[in-house]
Amino acid sequence: MKKSAAVLLGCVLVAGCGSGTTADSGGKVVININGQPPQTQAFDRKVFDEDVAEFEKQNENIDLVPHEGFMDPKTFSAKLAGGQLEDVFYVYFTDPASLIARKQAADITDYVKDVPHYGDLKQELKDVFTVDGKVYGLPTANYTMGLLYSRINFTKAGLDPNKPPQTWDEVRAAAKKLKDAGVTGFAEYSKSNQGGWHFTTWMKSVGGDIARKDGDTFKADFNNDKGKEVLRRLKEMRWDDGSMGEKQLLEIGDVQNMMGAGQLGMYLAAPDNVAAIVNQFKGKYDDYGLAAIPGQQGTLLGGEGYMIHPKATPEKIKAGLKWIQWKYLNPDRLEGNLQKYRDRGQPVGLPIPPIADIWTGHPRKKQEDLKAKYATMPVENFKAYVDGSEKTKGSLEPPQAQQVYAILDNVVQATLTNRDADHAQLLKDAETKVNAVLAQVK
Amino acid sequence: MRRHVTAYGFLSLALVVFAVFSWYPIVRGVVLSFQQVNFVSDPEWVGWENFQRLFDDPLFAVAWRNTAWFTVLALVIGFGVPFLTAVVLNELRHAKGYFRLLVYLPVMLPPVVTALLWKWFYDPGPGLFNSVLRELGLPTSQWLDSGNTALISIVLLTTWANMGSATLIYLAALQTIPGELYEAAELDGAGIARKVWHVTIPQTKFVILMLLLLQVVATMQVFTEPFIMTGGGPEDSTVTVLLLLYRYAFVYNDFGTASALSLILFAVLGVFSFLYLKVTRRADA
Repeated sequence: MKKSAAVLLGCVLVAGCGSGTTADSGGKVVININGQPPQTQAFDRKVFDEDVAEFEKQNENIDLVPHEGFMDPKTFSAKLAGGQLEDVFYVYFTDPASLIARKQAADITDYVKDVPHYGDLKQELKDVFTVDGKVYGLPTANYTMGLLYSRINFTKAGLDPNKPPQTWDEVRAAAKKLKDAGVTGFAEYSKSNQGGWHFTTWMKSVGGDIARKDGDTFKADFNNDKGKEVLRRLKEMRWDDGSMGEKQLLEIGDVQNMMGAGQLGMYLAAPDNVAAIVNQFKGKYDDYGLAAIPGQQGTLLGGEGYMIHPKATPEKIKAGLKWIQWKYLNPDRLEGNLQKYRDRGQPVGLPIPPIADIWTGHPRKKQEDLKAKYATMPVENFKAYVDGSEKTKGSLEPPQAQQVYAILDNVVQATLTNRDADHAQLLKDAETKVNAVLAQVK
Repeated sequence: MRRHVTAYGFLSLALVVFAVFSWYPIVRGVVLSFQQVNFVSDPEWVGWENFQRLFDDPLFAVAWRNTAWFTVLALVIGFGVPFLTAVVLNELRHAKGYFRLLVYLPVMLPPVVTALLWKWFYDPGPGLFNSVLRELGLPTSQWLDSGNTALISIVLLTTWANMGSATLIYLAALQTIPGELYEAAELDGAGIARKVWHVTIPQTKFVILMLLLLQVVATMQVFTEPFIMTGGGPEDSTVTVLLLLYRYAFVYNDFGTASALSLILFAVLGVFSFLYLKVTRRADA
């Protein structure tokens, strides 16, 4: 019984502690912020710490207390209950909807009008943090899912690395050739809710979706021809062609390892995966390419942003927003940042911070010009992605995303591990379960 | 009187530790089962809603069925293998210490390391087991990648990882059996099987029963292996009660429902703990 008692204890410790934030001191507003990179990421850490020092110098009435780490859904509630949650905290786009529903982030509607350039942010990104007209956070980076591929393995398989697949039929054909060249052609996640996450991307790529608004509620929207098409394509690659390898139940770390070790041809990914693989495996940017999502009828929006502690005082909210805008949403600092990255030998050119794809209008134009001026990597390798992303409509994750993804994991798992899986039945069962989850959305 | 003061002093310290780290969390867990919490505003009383949500979740029945099946398999394999190993070890005349160490060695490995190691063993491509099977010209298996074999694969791993402790306990029990009983059985013409059936098992039945009950309590809380190796898949075939509980608490952040499930598990395990206490009391008597 030790373990169940321990779980009870865990739940209770989480429930038992009070919450609070660092008090203001000496006339200064003290705010705890997270997002500080770990010591192991020396360059990013140095830039972050320099930015903190510079911001404090420019804003003498604000004292920033940086903390390492980002938002982890597994520890979020424990930190909140234990008074350990930072005043300004990082979130992935997967999280805001549920945090807002649980009232675990501050309403910043009254303050956001004073944030410079807020109006220049992409509307669909602002929507991630907006519910019923109220704003609860600011987006700082945006990715749409694309097709990451190994240029080396493409060449090895006799494929043109400058002409990545644009349709799912082309993906299948390329995966077959890659398999014949001795590597896994295409890999797909199917574990830890990531199978459901990618199934959602697949659905959007063929013009479908996971959930649709039906009056005041949401209904599952994947038990249809689009859903069957996605599963049929997965089945063809996995079982008919054998181009997805034998080992399944993969998650992001497994697939990145396969790609970094040169054992994989393609997988669905956002651009940050390129940087992660290059950094982790000491690889070269020249060896990877990024194309738009196959099918290009839609794609899943991903990204990151910052929210404010639900019990933060108005002073803390104002100081927090000032920091977020100065650090992450500041077109005036863009050129200086790019110079810094280039001069210190860091890659510039991928659509990830410091040139996050979040702007419209003038800041966007300025950013594109500066990116071309300061690029330090073969940006043409990622042109197909950038061009495709412009044309492909990105849309948000379904409500109760994690619970929905957990259910859809099953559908992908069954398709990839059972040759005779009944796709129609899988989709029907998943639809019933997802509708039960969506019925809880208020 | 002074002796009593010292005794009460020690007792009260123990009581405080139990109260803070065991009883209070249990009581709060019960309370939490009837609340919705967001750790910002005051908890909201929701009656039996959390339990209702659990019963409405199709995965609730699946998790209990998987856990029960896992427990049965773990008992059948996880009881038989250590018991037979103990009997064999008890009969050894040479290198006893070496073989005991060998049997106990897996217990010393951290569970996460064991799970990751076996994950590679079970890899349907270049994994150890399939490579050996291919070398021998035998059919390979999908192991963790099939809904039909994933659970039994985890049972095999947990048996390997945990049998050391059970084997040593059985061995200790076997060594308390007076040698004269075996001699008498031999004089009566009993072979190995009859000696085990008529002497070994009756003489160790309390230990066997106690270990069985402890094993039920332990195996019903299986979490680490499915969490690391399969995440509950394929097709929910390895979702256990604790894995579901983990999802409610730390993926969905629904601590009320997680506590409700924890309470149900607590009650079920309480029955087995009660039986265990009854058995140990009978053994002591």
